[in-house]
Amino acid sequence: MLTIKDLQAKIGEKQILNGINLEVKPGEVHAIMGPNGSGKSTLASVLAGREEYEVTGGEVDFLGKDLLEMAPEERAREGVFLAFQYPVEIPGVSTINFMKTALNQIREHRGQPALDAVSFLSLMKEKMKLVEIDQSLLSRALNEGFSGGEKKRNEIFQMAMLEPKLSILDETDSGLDIDALKVVANGVNKLRNKNNAVIVVTHYQRLLDYIVPDYVHVLYKGKIVKSGTKDLALELEAKGYDWIKDEVALA
Amino acid sequence: MSVTTIKKNITSDISGAIQQTVNSFPLLKEKRNEAWHTFQQLSMPATKNEEYKYTPVTRLLEKNFSFPTANPSGHLSTLQDFSIPELDANIIVFVNGVFSQEHSSIFSNNSEISILTMEDAIVQQTEVCLKHLSAYIDLKADALANWNTAAWTNGVFIHIPAGTTIEKPVVIHHIHDTRNGQVVSIGRNLVVLEKNSAVTIVEKFDSIGDANHFSNCITEAVVAEYAELNLYTIQNDSGKRFQYGLTQIHQADSSRVNTYTFSLNGKLIRNNLQLTLNGEGIESHMYGLYLLTGDTLADNHTVVDHKKPNSFSNELYKGIMDEDSKGVFNGKIFVRPQAQKTNAFQANRNILLTDKATVYTKPQLEIWADDVKCSHGCTSGQLDEEALFYLRSRGIGKETAQAMMLYAFAAELLDNVKHPVIKRYLDNVISERLHKNF
Repeated sequence: MLTIKDLQAKIGEKQILNGINLEVKPGEVHAIMGPNGSGKSTLASVLAGREEYEVTGGEVDFLGKDLLEMAPEERAREGVFLAFQYPVEIPGVSTINFMKTALNQIREHRGQPALDAVSFLSLMKEKMKLVEIDQSLLSRALNEGFSGGEKKRNEIFQMAMLEPKLSILDETDSGLDIDALKVVANGVNKLRNKNNAVIVVTHYQRLLDYIVPDYVHVLYKGKIVKSGTKDLALELEAKGYDWIKDEVALA
Repeated sequence: MSVTTIKKNITSDISGAIQQTVNSFPLLKEKRNEAWHTFQQLSMPATKNEEYKYTPVTRLLEKNFSFPTANPSGHLSTLQDFSIPELDANIIVFVNGVFSQEHSSIFSNNSEISILTMEDAIVQQTEVCLKHLSAYIDLKADALANWNTAAWTNGVFIHIPAGTTIEKPVVIHHIHDTRNGQVVSIGRNLVVLEKNSAVTIVEKFDSIGDANHFSNCITEAVVAEYAELNLYTIQNDSGKRFQYGLTQIHQADSSRVNTYTFSLNGKLIRNNLQLTLNGEGIESHMYGLYLLTGDTLADNHTVVDHKKPNSFSNELYKGIMDEDSKGVFNGKIFVRPQAQKTNAFQANRNILLTDKATVYTKPQLEIWADDVKCSHGCTSGQLDEEALFYLRSRGIGKETAQAMMLYAFAAELLDNVKHPVIKRYLDNVISERLHKNF
């Protein structure tokens, strides 16, 4: 589904990604872990098309297409979804209106007719249950005055609505208490199937207790320095990141 | 040639134009001649005049108009293009400054409301007119206000008796037919609300034809105890309209005033909005939205003068400047020594869409009382890139995302529009302007 080859990127004059290689197949969950400043969020941002980052080398193939050539909205329409670490508050735009616009633009891209108000509403109600989000929250301006947990739940709600092929969860666990974390993880798990894939970007192992990864990759200084199974995450939790740094230094 | 010489020229040209109508109302002869004299003394404002620092009204008028000339006669075959759809209203139409009986229609009962042309009101309601005309305007301050006072030819007189609520809004159309050349109209409205009365008034500015045209329009409103005035100004004409407007509102105890100023198109728009809160328990809201493109210049100068204790004023002006357009906002709040327990709030927010678009915003608070709550804030910047990315990351195209954000920005003003039909109309106009198609 997703093949990343030797991806390099910088922001301003600062080189952050120094040659990432990663292969994600349908049905898989990949966790990207690593110490602060290792480039985890940059990788997520570059995949979603954030324009402040400049790709300086490498390539990204998504379902046979060159992802890096696409505008952010095209990527979303092709099936890439980024759950933001810090979801943006947008006064004056209601979540419902926003989702309806997004969904219908994606449907248009897929050659499907726009959803009418009734179908949209019933779809929305169904997806709301998944993430246990209240309709009154969705009638309000997008994320405005939402608590940290509500914002993250809203991200997963949007993911449920748009049914992406590849979801990238950027530090979705940050700022969540354990109950909220369970709700969010539960939502993600219900959305998993053999045709879609998830990349979980996280600093801590905690979230991976609930969203169990098939592969765990450790990112350090802009490179994947170690890959393994979910046991690697447990090892990192127990031992921290220093031993990885030492390994890299020795190599 | 020095700048001073140019300034003198246009002042004397306009003065010549004033001369033609200065004596047209015998009952106002003294007031008008005095204003004419003051106009000459003040002369048209130069850009060094602080109040016109960013708005070269004198230069623009000099460049685009010749004074004195007579207006061509105007002809309007239908009002339809300019009316607010489905609005059940009293309609008063002026074409090139001349009252059009044909297109006007007054539905509200004569015992409820008296709507007259100013020409008739001077004769039929002399006492009220003489009492209030120019009574609250500071004529020492502004040459253009004196020009109006000396030379106005027509306008609307609205008088609402005590205890009367007028259900149907009054819509005043100022239409210029410029197909046969430049039009200059000088209009004067007087609105008198007696105790515990209420009315909604809409002033709308439109035109036919391609020549430059100018309007100098003053509305004076006197709002008595417990009365409520809702005043809408809709400026969405072509890029050939130059206009100066002064709205002077005088409020008594426990009165309510809501003003809505929508400046959506034109070449030069200068709005002076001045509220005097001469009582206690008053509530005043001033809302303004300017959406500017091309080389439009819109300048809103507002003054709120709290003269007595325990009143509340709130001002929210927002603007989006595109292309080469220029926005100016100056908001003065005065809190007089007597006006303790005043609450006065002001906000001006601006979005600039291009490098060439500009905005000058200046809050000016002068507070002489010590027990008050006042705040002001002004911002100007680009669209929030992070928010734009967020919308796009969900599959929403860049243009739609931008339109969504701009509409959301403008919609805060619409939210405050109380009249449902006027609201729908404004919503449509704004949606169209911001390419909202979602």
